[in-house]
This record gives sequence, C-alpha cells and structure tokens, in this order.
Amino acid sequence: MTTIPLFHVLILSSLLFLIGFVGVVARKNTLFMLMSLEVMLNAVGVAFIGAGSVWQQADGQVMFVLILTLAAAEVAVGLALLIRMQNKYRSLDIDLLNQMKG
Amino acid sequence: MLLASLPFYQLLSFLLLITFGKKLSWQLAAIISVSSMALTVLASTILLFELSASENQILNVNLWHWFDLNHALGKSQINLSFYLDGLSAVMISVVSGVGFLIHLFAAIYMKSDENFARFMAYMNLFIVAMLILVLADNLVLLYLGWEGVGLCSFLLIGFWYHEKNNVLAARKAFIVTRIGDTSMAIGLLLLFNSFGELNIAAVTTLVQQSSHSVSGLSVEQTNNIYWIALLLLGGAVGKSAQLPLQTWLPDAMAGPTPVSALIHAATMVTAGVYLIARMHDIFILSPEVMNYIAWLGAITLLLAGIAALAQTDIKRVLAYSTMSQIGYMMLALGAGAWSAGVFHLMTHAFFKALLFLTAGAVIYALHHQQNLFKMGGLLKKLPFEGSLFVVGLICLMALPGSSGFFSKEAIIAQLWSSNTAGPLLWWCAILGALLTSIYSCRLFFLAFMGTARFSDKTHSEKNILLRSALIILALLSLFGGLIPLDLTLVFPTELAASIPEILEPSWLHTLAILTPFIGILFSWFYFKKYRTSRVVGSEYNLSASESRLVVFCRQGLGFDSLYSLLFIKPYQWLAEKNKHDVVDQVIMLNAWYISLWHDALIMMQNGSLRWYLAAFGLAIMLLLGVSFL
Repeated sequence: MTTIPLFHVLILSSLLFLIGFVGVVARKNTLFMLMSLEVMLNAVGVAFIGAGSVWQQADGQVMFVLILTLAAAEVAVGLALLIRMQNKYRSLDIDLLNQMKG
Repeated sequence: MLLASLPFYQLLSFLLLITFGKKLSWQLAAIISVSSMALTVLASTILLFELSASENQILNVNLWHWFDLNHALGKSQINLSFYLDGLSAVMISVVSGVGFLIHLFAAIYMKSDENFARFMAYMNLFIVAMLILVLADNLVLLYLGWEGVGLCSFLLIGFWYHEKNNVLAARKAFIVTRIGDTSMAIGLLLLFNSFGELNIAAVTTLVQQSSHSVSGLSVEQTNNIYWIALLLLGGAVGKSAQLPLQTWLPDAMAGPTPVSALIHAATMVTAGVYLIARMHDIFILSPEVMNYIAWLGAITLLLAGIAALAQTDIKRVLAYSTMSQIGYMMLALGAGAWSAGVFHLMTHAFFKALLFLTAGAVIYALHHQQNLFKMGGLLKKLPFEGSLFVVGLICLMALPGSSGFFSKEAIIAQLWSSNTAGPLLWWCAILGALLTSIYSCRLFFLAFMGTARFSDKTHSEKNILLRSALIILALLSLFGGLIPLDLTLVFPTELAASIPEILEPSWLHTLAILTPFIGILFSWFYFKKYRTSRVVGSEYNLSASESRLVVFCRQGLGFDSLYSLLFIKPYQWLAEKNKHDVVDQVIMLNAWYISLWHDALIMMQNGSLRWYLAAFGLAIMLLLGVSFL
C-alpha cells in the first residue's frame, strides 16, 4: 500500500474547507449553510487524520472524535434553531435575520 | 476718613436713583442727586483745607485690600485706597465744583425728560468713577475709574437712544476710546512686568531710584520706559480726543448738553492729561515720548482749530475747541510745563463748562435749534445768556485778565526754551491762539450779532438756580486764574526751567498777548457779513459756504473717511468674505472626516450573517498572507 504524502492530504483538506466556506457564504438557505459547516469541520478532520498517520500518533484520531462530537452538538442546536426559524419566518432564508444591523 | 467717603455720597445717590427710578418725582430725584453732589463739594472743600494743613501735603487712606499680584520681585498688594496730593486736589475740586454746578443746571435743564432719574443716576455714577480715577493710589484702581468714566460717557451720549444717530455716536465714542484703553492696559502690564509695582507712589520711587543710582538705567529699562510711556500716551490720547483718536469727540455732542459740558469738556476728556501729569516721572525719563506728546498736542490744536472754523453746529464748534484746548494741555505736558498744563486744565474746565451750559440754554431757548446759521441777533433777545457766553469766549480767547489768559500764557511762555518743545512748537501755539480767537469771533458773530434768522419766539429759562449756576461758573472763569496753584511738591522737576541759557527774544510775550487781538481784528472785518446781516423782507437767510474745502474742514478734515477707508471698509470686506468662517470650516473638516467613518462603519454593520462571514474569511486570509510574507 503506497503511503499518501501529507501534502496531498492537506490539499484535499484545504479544498474541502474552501468548498465548505464558499457554501456557507454563498448559500442563502440556513440548512445548506449548516451542511457546508459540516463539510468545513470534516476538512479539518481530514487534516488531523492525515497528520496523525504521518507522525504515527493517536492524537490525530482523538481530535477527530472530538470534532465529530462537537459537530453533533452543533447540529443539534443548529437544527433546533432552524425549526424555530421555520416556525417564525416560514422560511429558511438567512438574510431575513438581519434585524441587528447597525 | 472724609477722604475715604468722598465717592460714596454719589454712589449712594446713584443706587437710590437707579433702583427707584421712575417712582421718584422730579423734586425728589433732583434733591437726591444735587444734594449728594453738594455733600461731595463740602467734603472736598474740607479736604483741601486738611491737605494744606498736613505736613507733607499728602493724604492717604486705605479702604480695604483688593487682591495681590505676584511678580518675580515679590508680591504687590493692590488696595482700594485713595491718595490725595496737590494734583488730585486740583482734580477733585474741578470735578466736584464744576460737577455740582452742572448737576444743578442739569436738574432744571432736563426737568421735562421722562427719564430724568436715569439721567441723574448716570451723571452721579460718572462723578463716582471720575473721583475714583483721580484719587486712586494705584494704577489698577485708576484703570477702574478710567473704564467707569468711559462707560458713563457711552451711556450718556446714547441717553436719547431712540435716535439712531445718538446710538451710533455713543458706540463710536466707546469703540474709539477702547483702542486707547487697550494700549493703556498693555502699558500697565509692561509697567508691572518691568518694575513689579503698580502703586503710583511706589513706581515713582522705583523709577527715580534706578535713574539716580550709580549705574543709571540699563538699556533694557530705558527701552521699557520708552514703551510704557508710549502706551500710556496711547490711553491718554484716546480719552482726551487727541490725534489720531480724536474722531469720537465731535460726534459725542449728540448727548444732552449738560453731558457735553461735564464729560466732554470739563472732566473726562482731561483724564488723559491727568494720567500723564500723574505719571510724569516715567515720562521725564523718555524725552522722545515727551516730544511726541508736544507734537501731537500741537497738531491736534491746529487741526481742531481749523475744523472749528467750518462748523455749523454750535456744540460742534465747542467740541472742536475743547479738542484744541486739550491740545494746549498736551503741548504743555510735552514741554515739561506740568503745572501750567494742569492749571490750564482747571481754567478750561471752568470756562468750557460755562460755554457749553450757556450754549445749552441758548439751544433750549431756541426750541432745540443748534444750527448757527439759524440763529443771529441773540445778544438782544437773550441778554443774560449772551453776556455769559461773551465771558466764556473771552476766557477761551485768553484775553488779558481772564483765567484762560493766565493759564495759556503760562503754557506759551514755557514752550520756547523747553528741551522737548522749542520755537517751532511755540509758533504752533501762537497760530493756535490766533485760530481760537477767529473761530470764537465767528461763533459769536453768527449766533449773537446781526439779525435774527429764525421766526419762533425765544423762551428763556428764568429759573434762579439755573441762572445762579451759570453766574458762579462765569465768576470762576473770570477769576479762576487768580487761584494760587502750588504744585511744586508734586512736580519738583520742571523740565522747562532746567535750561535757562537759551535766550528768548524779547518780543515773545508781547506777541503772545497780542495774538488774540489780531484774531479779533481780522474776524471783525472778515466776518462782516455775519455781523451785520440785515433781513430783507423775511426771505433773507445766511447760509454756510458749501465749497469743497469748507465741507472738508467741517467733517473734521477727513479723518472719519480716512479711518473708514483704512479700517472699517477692509474690515467689512473681510467680514463679508468670511461670512462662513474659514477657520470654522477647517475645524469642521474633523467632524466631516468622523462622520465619513461613521457612515462606512454603519454600512458594515448590515446584520447580514453572510457578509460577516465573508469579512471574517477575508480577514483571516489577509492575516495569513501578512504573516507568510
């Protein structure tokens, strides 16, 4: 089995992160924004796993587990908010939530 | 103790009158103001006796401590204290004596005015300020009185404030004298800065000590004294209506006639002369400034004499003549003839007050007609006023025997051999005397001789009090020259007497005495038209010449338009250009800049989450980029 160089892993991870970020910024639907956020978190997870396997350390995988739990908690809160938002505004358009402007 | 209370009778009367004002009847208001003035006269008479009985001819009283001034040389106490010596004694007797007679006159003259109480209140306040001015033992208190008389002058010129011209004249007087006052204030600061004292006696001793010490005055001190003297002269010039700040005095005649007599002839305008005489120890050390004073006096004396020749308003003739007589006093001071100058101040106060009050009575009798060309023949119609006016004019022309003769001859006699004056200034003084007699004759011929050029019936005021005030003034003018005035203790160093080696030609005194007669003789023929004008039918009217030269002289030799061109016009132009305030605009740039940022930042806080995220991401990229570079 050929080892994948860390550099390639990092490229993949940054691509994923960028895709996620663009998704968060460009999408208007809050649900898709949450999903893009997940993509970003996973991009970070890929970087951790790659680094852990290169240096033969368990820390990378431990961090990934932490990130997974964090993502689960975040999605729980996020989805709850989404339901409230759907109830209140009958829409998931994030731009409706701009009452706190300067 | 009497000295301490001198200004307070009037102050009390002022407070009473200004508080109760219109509630007081004419009798009550007149009694309050005139009797308080009588008390002042009584007190100053007693003080004069006390003064001559005291051993060093100086009375001093300290009322209370005012404030301290700190200086590198130590603390200087500024007290509210009065100082009476020969010089201030002359001044308080003039202020209280002439002031009393004018108050008496004014109480009757202004009887029908609805604001009578206010008028008398201002007159009283003026006397308070004037007494403080002449009695002050330090220059700060003197400055208080100085500003006080300026204020009263302003209030009284604008007393009939319903007329716009009166208000403008008041404002002009206030602003023009303010220029002089500012110069004087700077002079006082410089004086304090260089000597650390503002007490007059202390300054005098300090100046004398340093000039008599072995090393003499240092260059810096001499320089300072020159500037102090020049700046004080600026103050005196403003108050005494001398060149170049003389333009306010003729306009000040807009005030009621007693005001012109009291403030703009007898007392306030001589405050400048008093100031210079009071600070003569400083002026002595600066012969250049003495020379300037003499020249300023001489030029004013001639210019005012020429301007008086062309006036049509009886009061303006007298105003210009006041300027020219004060020019004589300045000339005397500049020549170092201190006591002659102060003597002329006193006699001038008598006869000019008389002239103004008589002019006031004439104007009153003619239903407020001030135009000389609408008068004529008054000697027959108003014999009482006419004869008193003649007395006043005789003193003004300095005919032998009158008070003006003694004082004016005393001045002229000292000019020729003075260090700081000289023959040229002597000739100026003689020419001035000639002009004086010519315009006096013109005034007399126009108003009192010839035939009447008015149709209304005259109504002469026959009140006994008013007439007695005039008669006392006339007696003072005639015999005031005989009052022995011994000021040798105040002025121990007469500059004029210091160089006897200059030979005076023997014809000097003869010519000086003859000059007024030459003037009378000249005008007797030259103004024949005014003297003998006959009415042909009822059409005949004498009118003033309207040639350009005469109008130019009538308007005070163009100083008003010159100042308008030099100062007022450019100032108005600047004000017009600067309507929106350039400095303000520059300062408002700050506000504009801040509000720009305000708007930009508000736009950033648009509440849109995605924008925030984008900014967040961009900023991180920026930071990373910077840290990589």
